[in-house]
Amino acid sequence: MQNVDYMLELKGISQRYGNTVVVKEMSLSLPRGSIGCLLGPSGCGKTTALRCIAGFEQVQAGEIVLDGRSVAKPGLHVAAEQRRIGMVFQDYALFPHLNAAQNVGFGLTGSRADNARRVAEMLELVGLSDYAKLYPHELSGGQQQRIALARALAPRPKLLLMDEPFSNLDVALRERLCGDVRDILKHEGATAILVTHDQDEAFMIADVIGVMNEGRIQQWDKAYNLYHLPANRFVADFIGEGVFLPGTVLDDQRVEIEIGVIEGEFDAPCACGCAVDVLLRPDDIIHDDESPLKAIVREKAFRGAQILYTLQLPSGAEMLSLVPSHHNHAIGEPIGIRLASDHIITFRAADAASGACCDA
Amino acid sequence: MITRALQGVLSNGWRLAAAMISLAVLMPVLVILWSMFSPAPEVWEHLSEHLLLELLSNTFWLVLATAIGTLVLGVSLAWLTAVCEFPGRKIFSWALMLPLAVPAYVTAFVIVGLFDFTGPLQSWMRASGFDWRPPEVRSFGGVTLVMVLAFYPYVYLISRNAFATQGKRALEAAQSLGYSPRAGFFKVALPMARPWIVGGVMLVIMETLADFGTVAVFNYDTFTTGIYKAWFAMFSLPAASQLASILIIFVFIIVVLEQQARARMRYTVVGKTSGEQERIKLRGGKAWAATGFAGLVLLLGFVIPLVQLLIWASEVWADDFDARYFEFLTHSLTLAALGAVLVAAAAVILAVANRYHSDVSTRIMVRVATLGYALPGPVLAVGAFIPIVWLDARLRDGLTIFGYDGGMILQGTMVTMLIALCVRFMAVGFSPVDGNLQRITRSVDESARSLGVNGVQLLRRVHLPILRGGLFTAMTLVFVDVMKEMPITLMTRPFGWDTLAVRVFEMTSEGEWERAALPAVAIVIAGLIPIILMNRHAER
Repeated sequence: MQNVDYMLELKGISQRYGNTVVVKEMSLSLPRGSIGCLLGPSGCGKTTALRCIAGFEQVQAGEIVLDGRSVAKPGLHVAAEQRRIGMVFQDYALFPHLNAAQNVGFGLTGSRADNARRVAEMLELVGLSDYAKLYPHELSGGQQQRIALARALAPRPKLLLMDEPFSNLDVALRERLCGDVRDILKHEGATAILVTHDQDEAFMIADVIGVMNEGRIQQWDKAYNLYHLPANRFVADFIGEGVFLPGTVLDDQRVEIEIGVIEGEFDAPCACGCAVDVLLRPDDIIHDDESPLKAIVREKAFRGAQILYTLQLPSGAEMLSLVPSHHNHAIGEPIGIRLASDHIITFRAADAASGACCDA
Repeated sequence: MITRALQGVLSNGWRLAAAMISLAVLMPVLVILWSMFSPAPEVWEHLSEHLLLELLSNTFWLVLATAIGTLVLGVSLAWLTAVCEFPGRKIFSWALMLPLAVPAYVTAFVIVGLFDFTGPLQSWMRASGFDWRPPEVRSFGGVTLVMVLAFYPYVYLISRNAFATQGKRALEAAQSLGYSPRAGFFKVALPMARPWIVGGVMLVIMETLADFGTVAVFNYDTFTTGIYKAWFAMFSLPAASQLASILIIFVFIIVVLEQQARARMRYTVVGKTSGEQERIKLRGGKAWAATGFAGLVLLLGFVIPLVQLLIWASEVWADDFDARYFEFLTHSLTLAALGAVLVAAAAVILAVANRYHSDVSTRIMVRVATLGYALPGPVLAVGAFIPIVWLDARLRDGLTIFGYDGGMILQGTMVTMLIALCVRFMAVGFSPVDGNLQRITRSVDESARSLGVNGVQLLRRVHLPILRGGLFTAMTLVFVDVMKEMPITLMTRPFGWDTLAVRVFEMTSEGEWERAALPAVAIVIAGLIPIILMNRHAER
C-alpha cells in the first residue's frame, strides 16, 4: 500500500447555522495535483463546505488539514488570507477599478519585475494577453471567468477553490471552458476543488467527485464508478438517467426482473427470493426489432444522434432506452427491446419483506 | 489574530464615528424641539398676537398652491415626454430639467424685476403707448408661479421615470381590455405611478417649506423669513427658535409621508422596458399644443430668467466686476469646497459603518444622519447657533482660569455655518458614496482576502479606489448646493464675510435687480454642473 501525498484532508467537519446543520461530519482526501468536485443539488451544503475550506467560515467540529498542516479545528482558525487558498467566485468578483493585468497581479507580493513576468505568464496561459489593459466591464463573461482563474492561480496557491465557476456562462461556452480550465490547472500542477450542480461539468473537469446531499458526502469516487457503481439510491438517482424496476434475487449472481434475468457480480442482500429495486440505465436497454419482448413508446425526446424513449412494460412499469436516431417510432407504437446489462445494481426494496427461499 | 483584533477596533471605530455624526445632525433638532417644550410665555404672546396666524396661513396656502401647481405641470410634462411623440420631444425631455440649475430666488428676482413698474416690460409698454398694466407681480399668484416653475422638475423627473418604465405597457394592457388611451391614463397609468408622484410632490413641499430667498424677494412672509426677522430684526433668538419648532413639526409630517411613498415605490413592480418603445404620436393641433406648452414652461422657467440675467449682468459688468466681486466669489468657492470635503469625509464614515454593521442601531444612526435634507436652512441656522453660543460661554469660563479675557471663540468663525451646511447636505453626499459601496459585494472582499489582502490594505487597495467615482459625484453635488444655499450662509456667516448668495440677497432686498444679476450668473453656472453630470450618467 503506497503512501498517498494528500494536499487537502477533511476529517469529519461539521457546520451549522443556528439549528440547521449545513455540513455533517464531512470527510474527504484530495491527492496533490488532482481536481476534486463537490456535486449536489442546491442547498446540499457544498458551497458552505467550500467556504469552510477557504476560511470564510469557522468549522464547529472536525479538522481541515492543508498540505500536512492543520488550518482549522475547534480552537484553531487560520484566517482566510493566511491559508494560501485561491478562490474563483461564482460572480468572479473582479475588482472593477483594476484592469485585467492589475487584477491578475493583485495577490502577488514579489518584486515588480517578477510580478510583471508572472502576470504576463498567467495572461498567456488563459489566452488573454491582448486584453491586459481592459477593465472587467469591457470583458465578456467567459473572459472575466478566465481572468478570475488567472488571478486566483497567480500567487501559486496550495489549493484552488471554484464556486460554480461556469454557472453564468451559456452552454456552448461552458463546455469549451471546462476543457480549457482543466488544461490550465494541469499545466500549473494545481490542486483544485470545484463546486457545481451540473454533473456534465463535474465529469469533464474532475478527477474525483463527491456527490453531496443534505450536508453529507454520499460517495467520493471517480465518475465511472459514480455512474456504474453508485453507493446508494441517492447517487444512483442523481447521477445520469435511469429507473428502478422491482426484481427478485435468484442467487448471488442473478436477479430476475420483468423483462428477463440479469447476471453479474453484486452484493446480494439475501441468498435468494428477496425483493430488490434494480437500477436500469437507458443504455442497459437495447432496441431490437427482432426481439419478441415488446414495450410501448410513451414519450420520446430527440437528442440528435439518439432518441431517448420512455417505454411502458405490460405491468405498467416505465423505463428508459437510448436508441440510435434513425429508429424513429411513434408514440403508442410497440417496439422490440432486449436487455443488455452486464452488471447489477440493486437496492433493497422500500417494502422489502424477507423473501421465502426459492426452490433450487 | 492581531489583524483580527485591529479589525475589530477599526470597525467599532467606524461605528463610533458614525454615532458622532448622527449626533451632530440630531443636535440642532433636539435644541429646537427642546425650545418648544420650554416656551417663554411673553415670546408666545407676542408671536401669536402679531405673526403666527399670518405665517401659518401664508405658509399653508403657498405649500398647497405650489404642490398642486407642480403636480399638474410635472405630471403632464412627464407624460408628454415619456410616452407621447411631438415636435421637439427629445430636446424637451432633458431641457425641462434645466430650471433645476436656477435657484428659485434667482428666478424670483428676475421675474419681479421684469414685471416691476420700472422694469423692462412696463417701461417698454409705456414707451409704446399701451394702456395696460400687468397684474401686480408681488402677490400670492406671483410667488406661487415662481415656486411652481422652480420646483416642478422634481415631480417631472421622478414621474417621467415611472411613466417611461411602465406607462406605455400599462396603457396597452388597458386598451386590450377596452379602455381608450385617455381613460387608460386616468384608470391605470396615473394610479400606478402614484408612489413616485407623491414622492416628488413631497420633495416639492419640503423645498417650499425650506425656501427662504424666493419668499424674501416677494416680501411674502412664511416661517423661514419669520425666523430670520425674529432673529435679525427683533433680535429675539427665543422667538426664532419657537417659530423653528413649529416649522419642524410640519417638516416631520412631510418626511414621514415621503418615506411611506418611497417604501411603496420599492414594493411596486415596474416592468423593465427593452429599448425604445412605441410612442403615442400626437397629431396636428394636439402635437403643436404639446410643443407650445412645454416650450412656454421652459421659456418662463429657464430661458427668460437666464437671458434677462445675462442682459443685466452685462449692463453692470463695468461697475461691479471688481475686487469685491472676486471676494464674494472666493468666499463662495472656499465655503463650497470646505463643505464638500467635510460632507464627503462624513459620508464615507457613514457608508463604511453601514456596510460593516448591518445591525439596527447602525441603520438608525445612518438614517438620522441623512435626515438633514428635510430641515429648512433657517431652522438649522438657529439650531446650530444656540449650542455654539452655549459651548462658547463654557469655553470662555474654562479659559478664564488661564487668564483668558478675550471675546467669543467659536462665534464669529465659520464653525456654526459649516456644521449647519454639512447637516443640510449630508444626504446629498451620502447616497452616491453609499450606492458605490453597495456595489462592492461580499465576494469582492473575500477574493481580496483569499489573495492575502485584508484590513487597512483592503480599504486602501480595493474600497477607496472603487469609491472614487461616488466621492467625486458627492463632492460636486454638495459643492454646488452649498454655493446656491442662502439662508444658512446669510444667518450664520462671520460678520462681513459675504458670499455670492448673500450678495444676491442684499441687492434684491434693496430692489437692485440689475446688480444682483452678476453674482447670480456665477451661481447658475455652478448649478448647471450637476445637470450635465446627470445627463452624462443617464446616457451611459
